[in-house]
Amino acid sequence: MATTQQIDRSPKAAPNSIPAGQFAPHAPIELDHLSHDYGSRLALNDLSFDVRAAEIFGLLGPNGSGKTTLFRILSTLMVPSGGHARLAGFDVSTEPNRVRLQTGIVFQATSLDVKLTVGENLMHQGHLYGLSGSHLKARSQEVLERVGLTDRKNDMVETLSGGQKRRVELAKGLIHSPSVLLLDEPTTGLDPGARIDLWNYLRILRDEQGVTVLVTTHLMEEAEHCDRLAILSEGKLVALGSPAELKSEIGGDIVQFETASADAATALGSRIADRFGVIPAVVDNAVRVEREQGHRFLTEVVESFPGEIVSVSVSKPSLEDVFIQQTGHRFWLDQGEEKQ
Amino acid sequence: MATATAQNPASIGLTRPKTSIASSLWIPAYSLWRRELVRFYRQKARVVGVIASPLLFWLVLGSGFSKTFQSHGAGSAAADSSHYLSYFFPGAIIMIVLFTAIFSMMSLIQDRNEGFLLSVLASPVSRSAIVLGKVLGGATLAAIQGWVFLVFCPLAGVHTSFVGVLYAMLAIALTSFSLTALGFVIAWPMDSTQAFHAIINLVLIPLWLGSGALFPVSGASGWLRFLMLLNPLTYGVDMLRNGLFPAELTTFSPEFNLIITVAFCAVVFVGSWAVVNRRSNKPAA
Repeated sequence: MATTQQIDRSPKAAPNSIPAGQFAPHAPIELDHLSHDYGSRLALNDLSFDVRAAEIFGLLGPNGSGKTTLFRILSTLMVPSGGHARLAGFDVSTEPNRVRLQTGIVFQATSLDVKLTVGENLMHQGHLYGLSGSHLKARSQEVLERVGLTDRKNDMVETLSGGQKRRVELAKGLIHSPSVLLLDEPTTGLDPGARIDLWNYLRILRDEQGVTVLVTTHLMEEAEHCDRLAILSEGKLVALGSPAELKSEIGGDIVQFETASADAATALGSRIADRFGVIPAVVDNAVRVEREQGHRFLTEVVESFPGEIVSVSVSKPSLEDVFIQQTGHRFWLDQGEEKQ
Repeated sequence: MATATAQNPASIGLTRPKTSIASSLWIPAYSLWRRELVRFYRQKARVVGVIASPLLFWLVLGSGFSKTFQSHGAGSAAADSSHYLSYFFPGAIIMIVLFTAIFSMMSLIQDRNEGFLLSVLASPVSRSAIVLGKVLGGATLAAIQGWVFLVFCPLAGVHTSFVGVLYAMLAIALTSFSLTALGFVIAWPMDSTQAFHAIINLVLIPLWLGSGALFPVSGASGWLRFLMLLNPLTYGVDMLRNGLFPAELTTFSPEFNLIITVAFCAVVFVGSWAVVNRRSNKPAA
């Protein structure tokens, strides 16, 4: 359970991304004991971590975990009730405009004006960020090329497909050359092809432009694409690290025994604990154990307690297992608490 | 992980264009204003409405009222049918302006629900630019509609000078601005257009009815007169009368009307600026 702290104290933000001769910049995103409450409900509980330069950072959590709250705070739409969040060294509470100039944001809801053309949308966005004239034209062209929509420039946004719209959103977020890009559930509503495209664009941005990308997601598969992840549950940081690191902290395999009922699972869990000296997790009507050489262990358990087990499985740890290990409950347990 | 060479120059602020205070106010405001206009003329039904609805309103309401007033023989201003039609003419203009101005701010609720507003709020534009762009956009549309209506002046028996027309146009523009800003203040905290409609019916219709549009302040008495004097729209209507009927004596002096109308503009504009500038630890949108 101490893993969070260990990884949290990792070396300072990406030293290899600081150009020679530059003063050491701040980490692109720094959270310092960040908390937020909506009246009585604590949505974020003392979050402290850094996002490093030029990484794709995932914010993974079920609905109601505080992702949306954190996203609102980082996008300067809401002032946190406690602690600090800094983007590119600027505090979101006290210097929102400095933060805004450094940040590109792609909201989950479409922010495009469908009655305008792609080019007009970009033009308005540029104006909002202080660009104008020929510089803005050049930037529009660049970002459209980047997302592969140059030929749709004069088309009304309402004629585009969902994936194309999301790409225009991305272009819009990039128009002012931000150093940090925030995306809220960016692949929602996209077909698999468009999802892959989007992730490719994000990697290109990271690799070619050194943009730091923060993505919120509730999808495990998406989180696997990230360089590093913060897993949130009920407003708390429960794990931080690369997907591989997080999974490797779970020793060996995940062995799961399903029983007929939750009571039976509890009973089975305590007997497995007594007999084999392990600490099983009981989740609903299943007992989960992390174990080296899972297949051997599985055989032993099934032979020891015949008739109590309905089905068994052995698998390599997934991010969901990391979540269960850290929180003791399933990822989807508190689904639907928060909007979206 | 990225290498040292992958660092984006923009991320350390080298290529960032310098944004002066002027450009951070006027360019975004202009951009938002232009968006309102482009959205308007792309929706052809709205364009048709601008021309057709004023004519309809005036003919139907004006004719109807003039008959009624005639048969009851009420009020000196409505002594005969054609007189009332011309008395009602400024009131009809203000009504058109009122509806267009306020309803144009329904787009604010739409912007909020669609997410457009979110992206504007998360951008570094000054809040004044948002208010200015949005309000000027709505006000421009409302004013154009009011100005179009001036074409019917001769039909209404209104014979004024060129300066009078200009003065009337100014009255229309100021009233459009103040009413749009009022719509902005009402629409800002709302997330549903239905709620907006309810408030409109509650606030705006009485505002218009008690503005001297239908009957003069001098004809009212007691509490009604008091309310009419409190109604800032009364002075807008009267100001319009100053322009359209330069020879007639209006309820208030032209100077007084102008001052109150401008002051009303300032008050509601500051009001909309204030509601937008609230940063809070509640969701902004």
